[in-house]
Amino acid sequence: MNRVFGDVCRCTHKASYLLASNFGAAIAAALILCGCASHESVAQAEPPKSFPREQVAKGQELAHLGNCLGCHTAGGGKPYAGGTPLKTPFGTIYGTNITPDPDTGIGGWSLEAFSRAMREGLDREGRHLFPAFPYDHFTKLTDEDVAALYAFIMTREPVRQENKRNSVPLPRASVGFWKSRYFKPGRFEPDAKRSAEWNRGAYLVEGLAHCGACHTPRNKLGAEERDKAFAGGEVEGWHAPALNAASPSPIPWTAESMQAYLRHGIADQHAMSAGPMVDVVHGLSQVSEDAVRAIAAYTVSLDARNAEERQRARDAALERARSAVAVKGNAIYDGACADCHNRGRQQEGGALELPLGTALTIPTPRNLAYIIRDGIVPREGERGGWMPAYAGALTDQQLTELLEYLRALSGRPAWRDVGAEVRKTSKEQR
Amino acid sequence: MTKLDINGRVHDVEADPATPLLYVLRDNLGLNGAKFGCGLGQCGACVVMADGEAVYSCLTPISVLEKRKIRTLEGLGTAEKPGPMQRAFIETQAAQCGYCIPGMMMRAQALLEKNPGASEEDIRRALQPHLCRCGTHMRIVHAVARAGELMKGKS
Repeated sequence: MNRVFGDVCRCTHKASYLLASNFGAAIAAALILCGCASHESVAQAEPPKSFPREQVAKGQELAHLGNCLGCHTAGGGKPYAGGTPLKTPFGTIYGTNITPDPDTGIGGWSLEAFSRAMREGLDREGRHLFPAFPYDHFTKLTDEDVAALYAFIMTREPVRQENKRNSVPLPRASVGFWKSRYFKPGRFEPDAKRSAEWNRGAYLVEGLAHCGACHTPRNKLGAEERDKAFAGGEVEGWHAPALNAASPSPIPWTAESMQAYLRHGIADQHAMSAGPMVDVVHGLSQVSEDAVRAIAAYTVSLDARNAEERQRARDAALERARSAVAVKGNAIYDGACADCHNRGRQQEGGALELPLGTALTIPTPRNLAYIIRDGIVPREGERGGWMPAYAGALTDQQLTELLEYLRALSGRPAWRDVGAEVRKTSKEQR
Repeated sequence: MTKLDINGRVHDVEADPATPLLYVLRDNLGLNGAKFGCGLGQCGACVVMADGEAVYSCLTPISVLEKRKIRTLEGLGTAEKPGPMQRAFIETQAAQCGYCIPGMMMRAQALLEKNPGASEEDIRRALQPHLCRCGTHMRIVHAVARAGELMKGKS
């Protein structure tokens, strides 16, 4: 069996890895049944020496919209040279070097090879790419946009940096099986009944910006559950809140507030970007205002509540915020949080009134635990929202008490096992 | 009444449990090393140590500090007998106005106690949340590296 896998899939992993779990065994069996089609390699080709300036500029904007840097640049590393760890339930996958270095990057990739990787999830040699690279979204891209991205990438500084080895104990061939079940290749189809802006937003959100990769829940095999699109997902220990009618935001988002959030990382009455969202906002701060407006328009339309329902939710949330901040009652909150959070947004140093904060209303206390412990720190050398870190100041027990108090402020049913969740986040930290 | 263990001495403090430690240090106990800068955890001038970790004393209510070991600038040494961190700052003349320095020293002390071999990169990262209006950051980084040497007994 080892030999079979090795031969057919040109895969260096041992099948014994695969059989280490029932899950692995199920995939192995499925592979044998469906076979794992091998794919042709695309010939090495030297990319063109230059590209039209407008095409490169367009590619740059698209790269920011897609947050390519997020996975393909390590902290403190050279842009697009890879090395960023992405922790998945299947193991750690490292973003690859996509600079045009011919040996360690993708300098030998033709437009055809690049386009196939983006939209079919195959590398130049024809091997399946793990869907941590969101080709299930990128498949919607137009030829023109793929070509612009190619022009941008191929005009970056080539960086010689070997790719890090992934720690996913599954052969690439298993991805062939995964694709046969979950991957639907095909370009974006506009909805003629909707506005041009909405359609542009839909194209970006569903395609390049791959918002669903985090905001849609995934099944046990790591595929997005299409019938629960934008119902809230998980990424690297953080909860990515629902964007559909289940949105936890006490005040329903408007296109304006969403646009401000996506562009600057702060929406006065909702949240400040934190965790993996910080990189997304960094990208969106670099693109044209109308692209962000389109994304905001589409995203807000995912919440199907009507105007009356939204108004009711808004009134109730504001009322709760008003009454909650007037109350004193928890020494930790009063001493550590109230100075900023009860000051009112319009005052200098005034932070979000917490009963309005999305981190209090999502199904898990983890985001809030991360935020309180590590604070919110702008990317190095950049402007951005700020909150001090309380690591060291609060014990796990005290943090738990504070989280339970904050959850009560939000008016939602108590979180379960807050202490256990706190311990989980603290272990992950160290 | 809140019991606070500060620099190895236990104090009984008469104050609202939500009072941030900074005010108790300065107003009740006369320990003026920690400074009030912004009162919002943005500048770092108020930083002290709690169980070896750097904390903003302006945002840490005394209620959470009972049974914890608090260390302030006064716990690093005296004018007559400065500790290695203080000697290093004097030796490298790292202060201009000096207002931010106590917080910097406490953060640096916490770093070096956890990681005696901290690199310049480690020092820069650790001190990232601290602001110095005079712009003596280069000397401060140098001073902390020097403190690391002094703590290892190098002259």
